[in-house]
Amino acid sequence: MADHNMNAAAYWSANLRLIVISLVIWAVVSYGFGILLRPMLAGISVGGTDLGFWFAQQGSILTFIALIFFYAWRMNKLDKEFGLDEE
Amino acid sequence: MSQFAINLIFVLGSFAIYIGIAIWARAGSTKEFYVAGGGVNPVMNGMATAADWMSAASFISMAGLIAAGGYANSTYLMGWTGGYVLLAMLLAPYLRKFGKFTVPDFIGDRFYSSGARLVAVACLIIASVTYVIGQMTGAGVAFSRFLEVDSNTGLMIAAVVVFAYAVLGGMKGITYTQVAQYIVLIIAYTIPAVFISLQLTGNFLPPLGLFGTHVESGVPLLQKLDEIVRELGFQDYTADVSNKLNMVLFTLSLMIGTAGLPHVIIRFFTVPKVADARWSAGWALVFIALLYLTAPAVASMARLNLLNTIYPAGPTADAIQYAERPDWIKNWEKTGLIKFEDKNNDGRIQHYNDAPAFAEKAAERGWAGNELTVNNDILVLANPEIANLPGWVLGLIAAGGLAAALSTAAGLLLAISSAVSHDLIKGSINPNISEKGELLAARISMAVAIVVATWLGMNPPGFAAQVVALAFGIAAASIFPALMMGIFSKRVNNSGAIAGMLAGLLSTVIYIFLYLGWFFIPGTATFANTPDNWLFGISPLSFGAVGAMINFAVAFAVSSVTAAPPQRVQDLVESVRYPRGAGKAVDH
Repeated sequence: MADHNMNAAAYWSANLRLIVISLVIWAVVSYGFGILLRPMLAGISVGGTDLGFWFAQQGSILTFIALIFFYAWRMNKLDKEFGLDEE
Repeated sequence: MSQFAINLIFVLGSFAIYIGIAIWARAGSTKEFYVAGGGVNPVMNGMATAADWMSAASFISMAGLIAAGGYANSTYLMGWTGGYVLLAMLLAPYLRKFGKFTVPDFIGDRFYSSGARLVAVACLIIASVTYVIGQMTGAGVAFSRFLEVDSNTGLMIAAVVVFAYAVLGGMKGITYTQVAQYIVLIIAYTIPAVFISLQLTGNFLPPLGLFGTHVESGVPLLQKLDEIVRELGFQDYTADVSNKLNMVLFTLSLMIGTAGLPHVIIRFFTVPKVADARWSAGWALVFIALLYLTAPAVASMARLNLLNTIYPAGPTADAIQYAERPDWIKNWEKTGLIKFEDKNNDGRIQHYNDAPAFAEKAAERGWAGNELTVNNDILVLANPEIANLPGWVLGLIAAGGLAAALSTAAGLLLAISSAVSHDLIKGSINPNISEKGELLAARISMAVAIVVATWLGMNPPGFAAQVVALAFGIAAASIFPALMMGIFSKRVNNSGAIAGMLAGLLSTVIYIFLYLGWFFIPGTATFANTPDNWLFGISPLSFGAVGAMINFAVAFAVSSVTAAPPQRVQDLVESVRYPRGAGKAVDH
């Protein structure tokens, strides 16, 4: 039982770590590059405008998709590694 | 064949498909009615979620908003997609593991309190009912423009169709019709966009065309657009915004509001496993992104096309003669969504920004005011006509707009009826109700919800635009934080959760009422709704994020001074965190 609890705790902290990393990226591409840091990216031009505009209208959405699939792939693997997946 | 006949064929054809699915996918048990039996393929659920989520607002209004606001309205693009990251990581897999039927189910069990459950039911019903009004009125508009019927008659037809598949099939019928509706709406949205992108940029992929080169002038499309709008006194399309705090909070409100909307969350109860719930969120966003990556392209291209129509020889030359205006302007003038007034009596349509900064230049050119008002909502609907596309594309747009409105309406109605039959009737009033009785109750509450929604659609309270802010604000400030704390904290207890939900809900609702009128009654606003009056420049639309923070803070504060939740509740929290032992959604 103690083993199981330690195992479960390790699984949960691995999940939390993954969530924190993902949400940092999530925030950086949208709130960062798309909004707050846009003036800093103004020098990098993309098709008639700047990189910040691209992140606000396309880049952040593409990153969101990549993040969810990465998270799903990684967690579904962790489920198995920790023996906590659904049979 | 007349345009009317073409529209009729497309709309009736799509309705026949929905009804066919309804007959095929009848629900025989409460489990089928609430969660489609719990066996929906994750990709298919992703598609259904996309249709469930993308409403008349996404389909009809969003591109128009972006066309008018340019970069500043990118908030909708990020806000209405970023919520899926939160759903995939913070809510969906754990709520799927919990394995019951409704959102208040989880809140009631996790916070071991029927009070918490009732607060959740109230938030759910207010958020969903306000949201469904917008869908019904959207369906009414589409009907009156494309089928030339009175919009009330249109609403009745829409209600009968939804009634057929939602009451008969419950979640099961709704799921499979939403898949069909997604296919209809995405085809309808992308086909005109592809043609327009080809015409303007030579690129058949609209998202690439957006950052491509304008074929006619040889300069980048967005640069060309900036040059034209600047010449007419408008703000640059790509201009940055100064109030970044409000932009951040508005985007955040839309994101956590999305993640907290019950009709979206319950879609993740229909997949077989926790792992599927994670994949399904990804697929949902892929299907949503097909539209959301197309929308900003449609927005900029439609704006450019509109200005090119009015100023055929460029913005520095004379505007088009009113007598020579294209047919699509004549068609939309009939609906009152485009209005022309010849203020300087020169017979031409001057369209520009009527702002003080531009007044001198306007006077120089002999203009006496902006003469053309264009409602944002028509851009997507008029797109095929502006680009001279064949009549069948217009029929497709009609069917697509209705698919977007009806699919979302059905999802909302299911969320409402399950809250009533499962949480109120079975959960509180009559816990001993039989399976058959509950299924009947679910069907009756669905029918009542449809009647109420239809009535509200016919008599829309004069605040249809504001209510969406209310729905997102409530979902963001009350439901999302309660669910998240229920999963990620073992310490937050019943009193903390109730106090938090109420604090978040009330602060948000009061902030909205202060600026938009108490209970939205016109003329009762305490402050004028202008940026100077907003607290720290935070608009009422953006307050949901602040309400959520208040919710978190109050819940933790109250929980820390009251007793920790009992062991069985802490065990429940443990169990939702680990996928093992979930099985299919439990019958109970």
